Formats: sequence, C-alpha cells, structure tokens
Amino acid sequence: MASMIADLTWLLTLTRSHVIARRYFVVNGFDGALTMLGLLVGFYVSDEVRLPVVINACLGVAIALGMSGVSSAYMSEVAEKRRELRELEKAMVADLGQSAHGRAARLLPVVIACVNGLAPLAISLVILLPLWAAPLLVEPLSLLPLESAFVMALMMIFLLGVYLGRISHTFWLWAGLRTLLIAAATTALIFAFSPG
Amino acid sequence: MRYHDSPFTAIYPGVTCPMIHIKRVVLDVLKPHNPNALDFTTAIAEKAPGCRIKLTVTAMDEKTETVIVVIEGEQVQFNVITEVISSLGGSIHSIDEVDVENVPVDTEPA
Repeated sequence: MASMIADLTWLLTLTRSHVIARRYFVVNGFDGALTMLGLLVGFYVSDEVRLPVVINACLGVAIALGMSGVSSAYMSEVAEKRRELRELEKAMVADLGQSAHGRAARLLPVVIACVNGLAPLAISLVILLPLWAAPLLVEPLSLLPLESAFVMALMMIFLLGVYLGRISHTFWLWAGLRTLLIAAATTALIFAFSPG
Repeated sequence: MRYHDSPFTAIYPGVTCPMIHIKRVVLDVLKPHNPNALDFTTAIAEKAPGCRIKLTVTAMDEKTETVIVVIEGEQVQFNVITEVISSLGGSIHSIDEVDVENVPVDTEPA
C-alpha cells in the first residue's frame, strides 16, 4: 500500500499532475461547500421544512456532486493524458506505453477523478454532520440544526480560503475572509430573491 | 555482466570463465523533459548501488532533451541501467564509450 502511494506520488510529480489535482480539490470542494450553503439557506427561508427532507435533499445533491466530479474529471483527464502521451511518443519516436509516462496516462485520470469527486462529497458530508447529529445534541444546538450546519458550511468555506492562501503564500486570514465574503454574498442573494 | 553469461560461452564451451566487469559506460540518451536531470539521475542511481552517475544535457528540444549519461562503478549492471532508462521514458541512441575489465576468477571478491 505504501509503495503504491509512493508510486502514485512519483507519477503525479513526474507529470506535474499534483497541481491539477490540487486545483480540482479546491474548485470542486468550494463548489460543494457553496452548494450546501445555498441549499441550507434555501431551506431556512422556507417555512416548516422537516429535518429528514433537508437531510435527504442535501445528501442527494452531495452524491450527485461527487458522481459528477468523478465522471467529468475522468473523461476529460483520460483525453488530456492520452493526447499528452501521444505527443510525447511522437517527439521521442518511441512507444512509451510501458514507461512511467504510459503508466501515468493510465493511472492518473483515476486519481484526479477521485480527488475531483471526493472533495465536494467529503466537504458536503462534513457540513451535513450537524443535521445528523441534531437528535444527539443538547439544547440549544439540537433546536438549531440548520443554523449549526450553516456555521459548519461557513467554516469549511473559510478553511478552503485559508488553504488557497497557503498555496499562494498570502496572509491566511485575508484569504479566508475573501472566500467568506463570497459565502455572505451568496446568502444575501438567496435572501433577496426568496419569495417568502 | 559475467563472462559466462555472454554468448561467447556458447561458442567456447568448457573454457575457464574469467569475470568481465563493466567499469564505465557513456550513453547518448534521448529523454522527455520530465523527469528532470536530477530526478532522472537519482532514479538510475537508486537501481545501481555503488555506481557514480554523471549526466550532461547536450541538446534541448520542445518536448525532449539529449543527455550524455556516464555511469562508473566496480561492476555496472548494464541491463538494469537500460531498463531504468526505458522505464523513465528515455531511449538509448548510442553507447559512446565503454571501459571493461577482465578480472581473474581467483581475485574475485567473495
């Protein structure tokens, strides 16, 4: 298992695909967090929505985001990696199917697809934790599952901003606050357009 | 490479087999830009314990580069070196220099 991870890390570094995987993680993770935030705010502005309905709807969206992430990234990455390999084989005038480049073209689309799909799914599931845990929580948290999940969504969005700040070597708090600003704007827009 | 592993043994059966050690090989290799020179050399060195590897980039293209790889050691395993270079996407264009030594069997280390 350890050697497999080391091999995949080496292939990611060799093809510089770790940058692509990181970008997919942030982009689709942010997508997942903001979608959950939107759903939660939407349910909040709707009156008298039962908790199981909220959980099922959010879970459905989280799974759909995950599946969409896996399938779309896999298809596009397979095409991209095949094209890159073909161009390299043309330049080398050799078959690179058995080389590290050939293995990378076969394995890395799967890894990148998993990152792209698991990022929104995992982040969404973390955001939904307060909804599942509501019956176990003590008052007043047990009475405010939507609000608790909303706070969790803001936390995840803030953390993604902090991670982006670390990547770009900018001040982490400013980077986190910038993504929170986007979350605040999204929430404000939902409130503004909600018919209730 | 051991002398008795070579096709020569098939031609001269029963001849006392001295040990042929490859001490130095200079290879002209075409490789993709990735892995870079450092990673490429390190990967070869990992598979060739006791060897000293030197790489010089002699020409650069859009996607490939031509490098001269010098491998020195007490007993260079040429087959292993070629396999590693192939696995890294490189192809050996030519063997430019070799230094081979015939080591008598009785002086062969245990």
